Amino acid sequence: MSEMASNLELNCEGLNCPLPILKTKKAIDSLNSGEILKMTATDPGSVSDMASWAKRTGHELVAHTEASNVHTFFIRKK
Amino acid sequence: MSDTKKLAIIASQGTLDWGYPPFILASTAAAMDMEAVIFFTFYGLPLLKKELDAKVSPHSNPAMPMKMPFGSKEFQSINWPIPNVISGNVPGFDNMATMLMKETFKKKGVATIEQLRSMCQEFGVRFIACQMTMDVFGFEKEEFIEGVEYGGAATFLEYAADADISLFI
Repeated sequence: MSEMASNLELNCEGLNCPLPILKTKKAIDSLNSGEILKMTATDPGSVSDMASWAKRTGHELVAHTEASNVHTFFIRKK
Repeated sequence: MSDTKKLAIIASQGTLDWGYPPFILASTAAAMDMEAVIFFTFYGLPLLKKELDAKVSPHSNPAMPMKMPFGSKEFQSINWPIPNVISGNVPGFDNMATMLMKETFKKKGVATIEQLRSMCQEFGVRFIACQMTMDVFGFEKEEFIEGVEYGGAATFLEYAADADISLFI
């Protein structure tokens, strides 16, 4: 699968709830509307949490992939 | 009226284990674009102290797993059966359990209470300290972190009346 382009990368691997969400919020705040954040996490709970966070905040969860227990999320800022 | 969701939390417990949920939920709510207020009362007040000294007491939490944060995976998975006569009477047992819990949390990538607390403030979560309990327990404002508001039941209820989520922790 070809890698999607991103404006900012955030590594949350090894961090547990709620840090991936809190750091994602801070990272998305630093972006402009329409820009893409790439976030990686190893917390399995982040899959459900990121979906809920995106639904609530209105930022778009463009893609989610998983490889070797690392979850990669692409989020487009609203 | 704005459609911003509001979270209202009463934090009434200041131990290491009970200190986490208010800060986790309030910081996450703020990260989800909600408004959040934590009202600290009774034993929750020490969570506002500049120097946090929250401990956990296994004696009063019989279901708390007692596990070691080091050694092999098998060793770490052992849930040590600690009789109440030990957890309640051995001097320093709470300190040891507190150290073990902090170490486990650190290894699992969980934030410290201090970290979550400062992120709450960064995200605009309001902290309100219960004035009455401060007077009763002899807390001074100087002991607490900056940015705390002071008020009573009516102050909390005025906000909570419009809250979408209200929790007593």
